[in-house]
Amino acid sequence: MILLEILSAVLLAAGTLFIVSGAVGLLRFPDFYTRIHATGITDSAGAGLILLGLLLRTTTWEAGVRLLIILLFLVVTGPTATHLLAHAARRDGVPVWRKGHPRR
Amino acid sequence: MTTFTVINFTLLTILTVTALVIARLRALYEAAMLTALSSLVTASLFVLMDAVDVAFTEAAVGVGISTVLLLGVLALTRSREAVTPRHRHLPAIAVTALTGGLLVYAAQDLPAFGSADSPVQRHPVTEVYLHQSQKEIGVPNTVTAVLASYRALDTLGELVVVFAAGTAVLLLLGPLTHGKRRQNLDLMEYKVLRVVSSLLMPFVLVFALYVLFHGDFGPGGGFQAGVIFATGFVLHGLVFGLDKSQRVLPPAALGSLVPLGLGLFVGLGVVTMLLGGSFLDYGTLLPTGGPAAQHLGILTVEVAIGITVAAVMTSIFFAFAGRRPTR
Repeated sequence: MILLEILSAVLLAAGTLFIVSGAVGLLRFPDFYTRIHATGITDSAGAGLILLGLLLRTTTWEAGVRLLIILLFLVVTGPTATHLLAHAARRDGVPVWRKGHPRR
Repeated sequence: MTTFTVINFTLLTILTVTALVIARLRALYEAAMLTALSSLVTASLFVLMDAVDVAFTEAAVGVGISTVLLLGVLALTRSREAVTPRHRHLPAIAVTALTGGLLVYAAQDLPAFGSADSPVQRHPVTEVYLHQSQKEIGVPNTVTAVLASYRALDTLGELVVVFAAGTAVLLLLGPLTHGKRRQNLDLMEYKVLRVVSSLLMPFVLVFALYVLFHGDFGPGGGFQAGVIFATGFVLHGLVFGLDKSQRVLPPAALGSLVPLGLGLFVGLGVVTMLLGGSFLDYGTLLPTGGPAAQHLGILTVEVAIGITVAAVMTSIFFAFAGRRPTR
């Protein structure tokens, strides 16, 4: 049991780290495409790891099934949203940042 | 307790900051997206207050449907806010400060959050709703028992409000079919979105049915199910285009569903009167009476609410998406 708790704590910490890194990336990256790359991690890796960590702490199977459904939903919708944003931006001609350009 | 305080405080701060930013923004697309954010935060606050039913509705309507409707309106008009003349700022600030001040003054009379001697806790009707209802109605979720049985007439009133609002919007926007004159809102060229939304569509509709029929046992009911149904149809209309959506759900059928739900609700009331009870007295529906008859009545009412709410929301979306800029 103690092993499960340690594993769950590690997963939760890793998830939090990914979310914080996503927030930092959103503020620090130079253009639109790199910024959605950073925020995409919040949805998939961050929330996914946190849900996995919570999954190891569930005591009833109903709660576990609900967490799994949420996890599946996020795995499907998160990357779709990121892809759509990038696609729409590309179609609208949002310029890509190159080395040496200023941040926009 | 402290964790809750911290979470509540954080969410309220985000809500306030979002509201301030919305007030300062001139670009209306950004403002529409930020209203969705404020609705999401509000929904989270409702969850913290254990009002999951309200959170459902806020998430589906505030974040989903109303954002789509706002964007649809912006597609029809200009997307930048006109600059307000400086001489109008002072009256605006005065009116806002007065309204806000009045609200804060009125809030002083409210009992403290979770207070033990508030009327909610001490009034005799609380005992009836929380304990007697388990015997009389036999529905584990007291909210549903109060909403659909004890106060069914109030709920009918709410449904009439939804019906009237929907009818007014549809009358203003004109008939649902506009022939070929419509803006191109569909996102058919996004293949990933198309695949993912057709993958999720059945689950959205099944979830709406679950919320509808599970309202007796957990949070949910007709209003929530109706808006979730509508979110599914709005998603379909956005991704596959209005033409395909209206082939699935013809405007004439949708238009007749709007009064159908209300008619079902009122009809049930009339039936109970004909059976010898008072208006919406479900006990008369079965000869045995009791919880079984109550269940039947509550289920009928929830279905009726779901039909009207879903039809109103979906037809408002169709009406907006079916128009074309008049510029």
